[in-house]
Amino acid sequence: MKTSPVNLTEKEYLLPGNRVCPGCALSLAYRHILKALDGQVIVTVPASCLTVLHGMYPVTSVTVPCVNTPFASTGASATGLVAGLKALGKKDLTVLAIAGDGGTHDIGIQALSGAAERQSDFIYVCYDNEGYMNTGNQRSGSTPLGAISGTTPILGKQQNQKDMTEIMEAHGIPYVATANASYPLDLYEKVRKAKAIEGTRFIHVFTPCPPGWRFPFSDTIRIGELAVQTGWDVLYEVENGAFRLTSASEPIARKGNLRPVREYLAEQGRFKNITEEQISELQARVNARWQRCLDRATNL
Amino acid sequence: MLGSKAGTQILDGNHAAAVGAKLSRVQVIAAYPITPQSPVTEKLSEYVEGGNLKAEYVAVESEHSALAVCSSASLVGARTFTASSSHGLAYMHEMLHWVAGTRLPVILACVNRAIGAPWNVLNDQQDSISQRDTGWIQIYARTNQEILDSVIQAYKIAETVYVPVMVCYDGYILSHTEMPVDVPSPRDVDSFLPPYKPHTILDPANPRNYNLVTLANPRVNAEGVLCHGYMEIRYLLQEALQNAGETIASVGREFGGLFGRSYASMLWEYSLDDAEIVIVAMGSLAMEAIVAADTLRDEGHRVGVLGLRVFRPFPKSDVVTALKKARLVVVFDKNISYGSEGATCSEIKSALYGSGANAVIRNFVVGLGGRDIKARELAGAVNKSLPALKEGVLNDEYPEWICHI
Ligand SMILES: Cc1ncc(C[n+]2csc(CCOP(=O)(O)OP(=O)(O)O)c2C)c(N)n1
Ligand code: SF4
Repeated sequence: MKTSPVNLTEKEYLLPGNRVCPGCALSLAYRHILKALDGQVIVTVPASCLTVLHGMYPVTSVTVPCVNTPFASTGASATGLVAGLKALGKKDLTVLAIAGDGGTHDIGIQALSGAAERQSDFIYVCYDNEGYMNTGNQRSGSTPLGAISGTTPILGKQQNQKDMTEIMEAHGIPYVATANASYPLDLYEKVRKAKAIEGTRFIHVFTPCPPGWRFPFSDTIRIGELAVQTGWDVLYEVENGAFRLTSASEPIARKGNLRPVREYLAEQGRFKNITEEQISELQARVNARWQRCLDRATNL
Repeated sequence: MLGSKAGTQILDGNHAAAVGAKLSRVQVIAAYPITPQSPVTEKLSEYVEGGNLKAEYVAVESEHSALAVCSSASLVGARTFTASSSHGLAYMHEMLHWVAGTRLPVILACVNRAIGAPWNVLNDQQDSISQRDTGWIQIYARTNQEILDSVIQAYKIAETVYVPVMVCYDGYILSHTEMPVDVPSPRDVDSFLPPYKPHTILDPANPRNYNLVTLANPRVNAEGVLCHGYMEIRYLLQEALQNAGETIASVGREFGGLFGRSYASMLWEYSLDDAEIVIVAMGSLAMEAIVAADTLRDEGHRVGVLGLRVFRPFPKSDVVTALKKARLVVVFDKNISYGSEGATCSEIKSALYGSGANAVIRNFVVGLGGRDIKARELAGAVNKSLPALKEGVLNDEYPEWICHI
């Protein structure tokens, strides 16, 4: 049965009134991730905006067991939870590691790569707000070309993003997917699917960040949608090597109506100093990836 | 069935540590190889793969991850073990703080090795001393027997006071040197060491959120109850270490009752009764010091040895008692707090302050990067300190290095 707002579980594991900024896509994504795991989960979280979302001792906004772990250690912490549960013969619990792009693409890549190579049995979610937001929006390995951040304050970032999902796919893990907070039901279904699979599962979630990307708080959903409509973010999953476009990316592929990346960039203050050359480079990058996805898709 | 026979075996120090972990029925092991600790990782892998130890062995990609694995595994209720040395231990630094702050009874065998630059794989104690302030209990072994015994005791200590324990032993001098070791039977160890009972556990049936951002000041929870701030939580760690001495001693006494080797004191004392001159050393050097003391006694000096078994918590009052009659205390350090002096010497001085002791204290930095240090040199350093005793100059600003400069 397809998940719809009608049959989506009502139970909340993320309480309202948490400490994220208004319009934070992370909060929306996390809510649906936890719903998909039915509360039968142990979560490990490194330093990030998610730490802030979780609250300040002795008050927390989540009703699932959780451990905060040092910034670089998420993949290893998840491995430890899995190993401990296994040693004690405790089955039926999902271990969820969830980290930002800084904690995934940069400082945490070693621990994550090691865990994936060991086929450690957990779901890893990278929520990608394309910068170190917790520390005030500095550049990360996922900050796009041309974007202004605290450490690329005038010229904007001079390098392209690294594609962490492809890096994770190269680990030969059984499930890799991309998702987007503006498409929470697609995200929900991917987490449900990942839950049933054994081994390291990686889900990249696109989470627009109003203050960091400089767009109005009320536009989060639209920005996320625009990212998909322009092919900046492509929704897909790779299950045991089989690639499928999912959710909104699938009809776009069928109709061939990708919008220009320029429309997406123009909505965000972080790209205010971007050059025409950079826009062309970004468009070419988006086109190339889109073509790769079309070539690989088994469901078109 | 643990697969090892009880009784005397010829073991090197690394093997003794691995046997200690196995007898303690560790459930999760995560470690990363580094000279001279690597054989510990290989031995434990062999036990697990061979079906002689029912545990999860996680071959992590770094030491930081090794301790992160142990930390999280401990939080779901598993007994955990890791081992490292030198750069590996330094690489764990952040996690060492985290594990102690979370009050997890993780046990780490530290095979003491020099730290770069420049590269050096041989022994000194700079690695574990550099982790002094991370909130771990530190026990130093003098022999391979003590390594095995200390690992087993470490679990009981850690799981009583909820403070992680580092069992330190000298690289090569112990790690790669074979000695007869009395290996207790699994059944006896089981009667000494009950299964791990975690103080807290991650479980959806009773969800908790560990190590949230914690403010400096106490803060009320949803029920209006005032809960600790960061500082109170950190005070409790200090309090646990301050009080850990009693547990360390009682566990050591109980161990002695069962196995015939008592560890009821945090110190090793040799010929202190009539000693005017006391040599202080830690680890295998404390054994070498006994030979030096005997030589010096033959030369007519009344010399004893104070071996530091436990460095954290530092047994201040025991040290004061042990050094009460000393007129000259010669402290040997296989470490240096650059710009100051050897770490154990600072501790001795700090312990004696205000105790009424009036001993001359001399500090020698020795054996760095595996520089050979023999009883002869220890005795020579004591002889060299005798004029200071005559002159009554209590303190020296900086230590003397036994090296070629
Ligand atoms: C070892 C270490 N270095 C630096 C920090 C400071 N720090 C905390 S969160 C953070 C950035 C997090 O960025 P990301 O993972 O992208 O998550 P976000 O805050 O964007 O949600 C940094 C640099 C830290 N906690 N630990
Ligand atoms: S900075 Fe961005 S990611 Fe962080 S809480 Fe605010 S909106 Fe969310």
